[in-house]
Amino acid sequence: MGRKLLLEHINVPGINTLEVYRQKGGYRAVEKALKTLTPDEVVEEVKKSGLRGRGGAGFPTGMKWSFLAKPEGVARYLVCNADESEPGTFKDRYLMTHIPHALIEGMIVASFALGAKTSYIYVRGEMMPQIRILEKAIAEAKAAGWLGKNILGTGYDLELYVQPGGGAYICGEETALLESLEGKRGNPRIKPPFPAIAGLYGCPTVVNNVESIAAVVPIINDGGDEYAKVGIGRSTGTKLISASGNLVKPGVYEIELGLPVEEFIYSDEYCGGIANGKRLKATVAGGSSVPILPANLTLKYANGEPRLMSYESLSEGGFATGTMLGSGGFIAFDEDQCIVRNTWNFARFYHHESCGQCSPCREGTGWLEKVLHRLEYGHGKMSDIDLLVDVSKKIEGNTICPLGDAAAWPVASAIRHFRDEFEWHVKEPVKSLSSNYGIANYAVPIEKKVEEVKQDNS
Amino acid sequence: MADLMKVTIDGITVEVAPGTSILNAAREIGGDIVPPAMCYYSKLEGSGGKCRTCIVKVSKGSEKDPRPMPKLVASCRTTVMDGMEVQNITSPEVLEARSGVVEMLLINHPLDCPVCDQAGECDLQDLGYEHGLQKTRYEFERRTFERIDIGDKIQLHMNRCILCYRCVFTADQITNKRVHGILNRGDHSEISTYIQTAVDNDFSGNVIDVCPVGALTDRTFRFKNRVWFTKPVDAHRNCTHEKCNGKVTLWYKGEDVLRVTARKDQFGEVEEFICNECRFDKKATSDWTIEHPTHISDTSVIASNHYETFKPLPVIKENPALQQANKVELEKTSKF
Repeated sequence: MGRKLLLEHINVPGINTLEVYRQKGGYRAVEKALKTLTPDEVVEEVKKSGLRGRGGAGFPTGMKWSFLAKPEGVARYLVCNADESEPGTFKDRYLMTHIPHALIEGMIVASFALGAKTSYIYVRGEMMPQIRILEKAIAEAKAAGWLGKNILGTGYDLELYVQPGGGAYICGEETALLESLEGKRGNPRIKPPFPAIAGLYGCPTVVNNVESIAAVVPIINDGGDEYAKVGIGRSTGTKLISASGNLVKPGVYEIELGLPVEEFIYSDEYCGGIANGKRLKATVAGGSSVPILPANLTLKYANGEPRLMSYESLSEGGFATGTMLGSGGFIAFDEDQCIVRNTWNFARFYHHESCGQCSPCREGTGWLEKVLHRLEYGHGKMSDIDLLVDVSKKIEGNTICPLGDAAAWPVASAIRHFRDEFEWHVKEPVKSLSSNYGIANYAVPIEKKVEEVKQDNS
Repeated sequence: MADLMKVTIDGITVEVAPGTSILNAAREIGGDIVPPAMCYYSKLEGSGGKCRTCIVKVSKGSEKDPRPMPKLVASCRTTVMDGMEVQNITSPEVLEARSGVVEMLLINHPLDCPVCDQAGECDLQDLGYEHGLQKTRYEFERRTFERIDIGDKIQLHMNRCILCYRCVFTADQITNKRVHGILNRGDHSEISTYIQTAVDNDFSGNVIDVCPVGALTDRTFRFKNRVWFTKPVDAHRNCTHEKCNGKVTLWYKGEDVLRVTARKDQFGEVEEFICNECRFDKKATSDWTIEHPTHISDTSVIASNHYETFKPLPVIKENPALQQANKVELEKTSKF
């Protein structure tokens, strides 16, 4: 049984209320941080913990906090990014629905560490129930003196606000989120300056994912060193994985980083294998924007070593044979799923969600979608496949924000690994509408390369 | 004043003030190495970074941190560092990426240059000639919009728009009232006014000048003439508007002034914004004090049948010594 740090008490009835949360040891971290630690010590603990951003990029949180500019007389802000809209990712919503106080507790500690007197939780507009839950929880916390003026008599003031967004995927990009929070059109800003220097209202700002902020609570409770013991290598701690797709038990799982992918998919403790006794064809390991991998490369590296659920291990092999942990949106596809259709579906999403600010993404995402639609519906040409690769290459890296990359990677990787399926769609336009390509040899186990033992003649 | 920063662009070194963007440093050098800019406008705060045509490769970050930047950067919004080395036209990677951007800009563009008033002075047309393919790889219906009139003098032809946001910044910064912005998202985005409100203020006409393509056109000039048949002349008048100094370019066809625009510098940016009275209402030679013919770059189509172009006398054609002496001028005549 893996260690649970965030979801330990998730099944306790009434854990969404302050009373039960407090009984289970809630708000200990606030007491400890505000009463016994200085802000810099809190930052130091988070640095020691090796916590990496849980929103997708995996940037070390403690490092991000220490980059925050601290000019005299200028307000600083902490903004929680709860604009979770990546297809396949639903961990933050789960956390906010069931243990809202974990997020609020984390927000208080993190705001204290950063010296922010006002903090915001920017929630995606579609998550109206979660907005209500958070507002209720904030009211409870405020009534109990955990928020507001002079918290716990330490002289630290904090106001926490929930801001509903308009439901745009692009507002999950931190600078677009700040624009939206300021009441403007949610277009990503051009960096530099980074938010740590000039963010919300031109003031230094830290934007963190819900899960990153919630993870601060166990770090402060147990100490950064203790947290760093969980996990593997530079991927410390636990991670919430939103498992979806053709799994026996889809859902949100808290795993210790370093869990083998095979165990995550097939063990009964986690996803319980592929539904209806089918075989695994492919996975998207970290939300729709990371490269898709065929089953054999999901479970093993190209050299036959088992792949683990961690930042480093999933990206082992680069984009040629690897993927990314991303935000932890794990989507499994069984042998009856059509990769072309799925790629089209993702491309359609990015086309719809592109903000339209910079040209390659605005025009390129629509182009990708139209070509993929044509392939999926049997009007494709062989040259379309290379066209897709070329267009995705021209989007990638040439845009203001990572949405362009996110739109390009799934297409490029699907063609890289499943080219024969795309070709089959062109060759069999009628058949491909009614049946699908099947599993082919995507799940053929990778031969373990035997390392040559060097003969030492001396 | 802080020390000047040394930056090398395509092997040419220039010293610029700290805080200068790579694009502006390149403009100080001038010539072919200046990256094209479709959305950046030096007079508009916050512009730039959107069209991605000015992307360059930073092969050496600075003297202190010589690592190259991982991605191509937008030169208009990246400030120089001391010792920075930049590759623009010497990098095949940059040229390929730029032609990719141009292709993207053109896939939904109607390519109606033959009936577009901007043709001949269109930045997108220039870019298309330089980087575009002869044939498009885009085989779908292009995005279309209805033409709308924003005010009685300006027409918006959204099909042609490349969403550079220049007119939005202009409406925001030059004029008092913000009634003009972007609606919708992604490739459905469109420039529009607030619920059919006409753009109505003294400087609204400047959105026509800042538009790099033919999306915003002057209704008093629509379909009157091709720009290369008109002759530009610099002129001024004593404008009564407090913010306008009345320095303009008049575009003549025969004896008639067909259109009035602000004066543009060598990078196609207006030198000073002009008021609507100068632009739309003063179209008689008697309103203006003529200064001199506007200098038009030899590479522009407007210069092709122009009075500034050297017309060689018959005697030069036969005399090699004279040909040698007039070499530069003769090259211009053979260019087109």
